[in-house]
Amino acid sequence: MSEQNEKNMLGKKISRREMLKITGIGSAGIVIGASGLPGILNAFGANPFVDDDDTAVNKIKFYGGHQSGIATPIPEHVYFVSLKCKAKTKQELKEMFQLWTNQSAELMNGRFVEPLSDNKLMPPADTGEAKGLDASHLTLTFGVGPSLFENEAYGLAHKKPKELKDLPHFPMDQLDPQYVGGDICIQSCADDPQVAFHAVRNLIRSARGKVTMLWAQTGFNSYPKSKNKKKETPRNLFAFKDGTENPHVDKPQDMNDVVWIQPGESKGWLAGGTYLVARRIQMHLETWDRTALQEQEATFGRHRDSGAPLGKTGEFEAMELDRKENDELVVPEDSHVFLAKQVKDRILRRSFSYSDGINPKTGAFDAGLLFLSFQKHPKQFINIQNSFGKEDKLNEYITHRGSALFACFPGVKKGSYLGAELFQ
Amino acid sequence: MKKVVKITSLVLLSSSLLVGCGGNESTDEAAATEESQQTEGTETQQAAILEEEANTYKEFAMEQLDQFVLETEQFVEAVKAGDVEKAKELYAPARMYFERSEPIAESFGDLDPRIDARLADLEAEGQEENWSGYHKIEYGLWEEGTTEGYDETADQLLNDVKELRAKVETVEVSPDLMITGAVDLLNEVSTSKITGEEEIFSHTDLYDFKANVEGAEKIFEIFKAKLQEKDTELVGTLEENFATLNDLLAQYEDGNGGYVSYEELTDEDTKALSTAVDELGEPLSQMAVVVE
Repeated sequence: MSEQNEKNMLGKKISRREMLKITGIGSAGIVIGASGLPGILNAFGANPFVDDDDTAVNKIKFYGGHQSGIATPIPEHVYFVSLKCKAKTKQELKEMFQLWTNQSAELMNGRFVEPLSDNKLMPPADTGEAKGLDASHLTLTFGVGPSLFENEAYGLAHKKPKELKDLPHFPMDQLDPQYVGGDICIQSCADDPQVAFHAVRNLIRSARGKVTMLWAQTGFNSYPKSKNKKKETPRNLFAFKDGTENPHVDKPQDMNDVVWIQPGESKGWLAGGTYLVARRIQMHLETWDRTALQEQEATFGRHRDSGAPLGKTGEFEAMELDRKENDELVVPEDSHVFLAKQVKDRILRRSFSYSDGINPKTGAFDAGLLFLSFQKHPKQFINIQNSFGKEDKLNEYITHRGSALFACFPGVKKGSYLGAELFQ
Repeated sequence: MKKVVKITSLVLLSSSLLVGCGGNESTDEAAATEESQQTEGTETQQAAILEEEANTYKEFAMEQLDQFVLETEQFVEAVKAGDVEKAKELYAPARMYFERSEPIAESFGDLDPRIDARLADLEAEGQEENWSGYHKIEYGLWEEGTTEGYDETADQLLNDVKELRAKVETVEVSPDLMITGAVDLLNEVSTSKITGEEEIFSHTDLYDFKANVEGAEKIFEIFKAKLQEKDTELVGTLEENFATLNDLLAQYEDGNGGYVSYEELTDEDTKALSTAVDELGEPLSQMAVVVE
């Protein structure tokens, strides 16, 4: 948290919240650019437009054509939270996202959400646990769920894309209502778990009364360091590599084909946005751990240690689904990979493992995968998931417990705010 | 914000005079006195502006504790007469007067636990045999179904309550105590009432809950006019959130002027109540703008 928060030129500080009210930023369409009058604005102790601070350490940009936390590299930690929206009007909802815009930019700069007040009888404006930590590649990704559009108070029904609806029931689903749906989601990713948590905590705190938490899930990924310093594909808790066949996040064409909604492909406000599927998948570690290696590999259709397709040696070698040995398919047709390959659809997987203590009913580990995927249309995920159906050998070892779909806004232009295209 | 320090030092001084100085307390006092010497005239003026509010609050607390003495007298009478049913009836309503004025009662570090300690608090310290006060009698009434053997506890309770009332006369009420007190009252609700841990035997937690909220609301009411000058929106939010919480609590009234047992609350109920408390607590903690 940098000392830039401590600016206090007139000896009087105005909170960012107040500043928003004073300037009417966003609501009145006033855009104050970075080159505007920063000196004068800073004199108020708060700047109504918080820019990316390129000097911040381990920083990812907040502003841009797309939200962060999608095409950006997958960091080690996530705090994902699904919220119920209690804002009474569309205006309140919009103001909340305006406040979150500035706070997100500050947080991703590795700073406090708001400068602290001189009044020591006040609780600190920032909860403070990220003090001394750098930005840690924090990304904040915001999305809205189908239920938000059903709230008549917001008058957003006509802006709801027809594909934004609860995911269908899949054959082996055993959803726990405790982990289903939500009006709004925040995906907070960082290389440091405390930085990721701090961001969500402060965003929720500043919106208390306008949102309540429905469910949340933390997750982690660990990256073995390879010799050329290139990040290797992380392993899930079954020890298999997860994410090998992802689209190339640095190839715009690939991302435009798979992830980013193009103008005309959905409602206008979603151009540049994407759909986020969240699934909380319980993994039955105890049963997996007593399964023979040969069976484990046949379940995924890959070799465990190398990550290579069965019968191959390199992780990134192409999968040959037709290849037979002794009249049998090398990659079994009920393996996870084989079934996934039956559909042409692709998705960007950005999953994290989780470990939540023990299941009180069974005494077993409560552990698994917070599956997060991004795609321009939910049907990409639905087709793949349906292809697994009842056949997937992996079903024996996993149970889908949580499910939600969110439409993620496009990126925020400097001077604008999260969801501006939807709320204006 | 040195004026705040100044006010705090007054409280520290007055409370330590009353209950005697522990080692830590005298250090605090010295530090506070030193700081208060640095304060300037203008700040003393500002503190004076809120003097009226502080006096109003002190009057309120004294009224509450007057009533607390009367109700405790009746309760103790019932206990000593061996009237279990009557004592059970009087228990929760009597305690509400204490719960409403807890920020003040808490100023007396030894009296508060003597009146209000829970068994769990003492067990943690291996001090079970020193257990006294309302909750000890609660145990007799609800767990054992008797008042037998509780005469001494009852007598001591009444003495402690009277002592509390007498000492309150001398408390120096500051805006700091009021602001911190209002938030503390809600924190009490969040940490023990909403979990059913306050009234573990009688399950009358909702009475304490309501009284704590009323205590916090009273402080808000007293500051309201001044607060209106500083932040109108905050006043509106607080009014709305107090109303929401009170409406929610009203759903659990038992129709006889009391509240249903905590055991009747579902997880959904406690979650809704807890959320309403948190939503009120956050803006309530901003009430400190009143000293700016």
